[in-house]
Amino acid sequence: MKDLAEKVHNGDPRAIARMITLSENNDPKAFDAMKKIHPHTGKAHIIGVTGVMGSGKSTLICELTRIFRRQGKTVGIIAIDPTSPFSGGALLGDRVRMMELAMDEGVFIRSMGTRGMLGGLTSAVYDVVEILDASGKDIVIVETVGVGQAEVDIIKIADTTLVVVVPGLGDSIQTLKAGVMEIADIYVVNKSDRSGVNQAVAEIESLVDITCADKDRKIPIIQTIANQKKGISELIEEIKLHKKYLTESNIFESQRRMRYQAELVEIIQKRLMNLIFDEERFKEKIDDLIDKINSKEIDPYTAADEILNSVIK
Amino acid sequence: MIDKKIRVLVAKPGLDGHDRGAKVVARALRDSGMEVIYTGLHQTADMIVEAAIQEDVDVVGLSLLSGAHMTLFVDVAKLLKNKGLEDVLVIGGGIIPEEDIPKLKKEGISAVFGPGTPCEQIVDFINKNVKK
Repeated sequence: MKDLAEKVHNGDPRAIARMITLSENNDPKAFDAMKKIHPHTGKAHIIGVTGVMGSGKSTLICELTRIFRRQGKTVGIIAIDPTSPFSGGALLGDRVRMMELAMDEGVFIRSMGTRGMLGGLTSAVYDVVEILDASGKDIVIVETVGVGQAEVDIIKIADTTLVVVVPGLGDSIQTLKAGVMEIADIYVVNKSDRSGVNQAVAEIESLVDITCADKDRKIPIIQTIANQKKGISELIEEIKLHKKYLTESNIFESQRRMRYQAELVEIIQKRLMNLIFDEERFKEKIDDLIDKINSKEIDPYTAADEILNSVIK
Repeated sequence: MIDKKIRVLVAKPGLDGHDRGAKVVARALRDSGMEVIYTGLHQTADMIVEAAIQEDVDVVGLSLLSGAHMTLFVDVAKLLKNKGLEDVLVIGGGIIPEEDIPKLKKEGISAVFGPGTPCEQIVDFINKNVKK
């Protein structure tokens, strides 16, 4: 039997699916395979799509994918939805808008829950991007819910970030707020047949005027009506132009470095936590220390020092 | 720490447009800590199986009210087996006549839950019978 990494590199959908699951479950079996696929990564263009719920992100991605496919490109899609903080379960519904892509061999769609991560991503997403990249997908699209100030982590992964807004969601104060509105490489005003579109575009324009005043690239604003397939080709053109801009300005390299830094931190964090909280030998010690903190025999900082010192040894 | 979650694909094969039941079940499964991938209406067996492969699910739950279950449920179960997904648990629900249930079980549908089934019963069944 060929090993998992090799099958993934050959684009075998079942191997890709399996490896994503292992990585999502934080299963050590994934680590080896991840090591092996890394040399095959780095070719895909990673596109992040974020925006409020109901802004039409999934429909937009479906239409983008259709055109990419017509241009002969293969596409991997990662659709992230929130995991319930109460039950740990998740209802992942982005596939509903993409089912017609399901039978196309050049498209691989995976739905993921955030599984407790803040920032709109799931900690396995770095792995999943690498897996789809290594499987030979030309484009990898990551869809996340970005509702406001916190869910901006998508920029750590994406080469090109699309922020999708819809008309009528708020006045100019909303667009000036920090957070999601700061991370766009391209703004998409979807559902642009709705009333209020001119106001929405004008507000983003004035935001762009302020933020891009001293920059060499002005962030474009594209109007789309995804469910009528309008504006999609224009959006694809802008995505390509952005990729060209990244490569020519060397920003591409520095962004990739940022992504690997974020990934490295993520892996180290995860493994350190595993090391401390999984190991039997620490369980008693941690319980004991918590008791002592509770009874004021020791303070939490000294307790943390004790644990870290024994890990480093 | 390995953090495994049961992943369930909930699908509506065929042409009926009633997904209230499927959504109620999907929600109950979510509330019991599972990851539920909902595919929406009007799915063919091929689409459902392809989604099951890509999403690497442990369970496929089918809901059907049109009467075509003997064809569509069986198609999905067969296709899953053909594609090598023997370890995926297949369950069904909807308007299924009592006398069809043994035949469906013979074809690889592990359980059929009709109207009025308490959601906990479905959750329990999945937890006890999931194969992976």
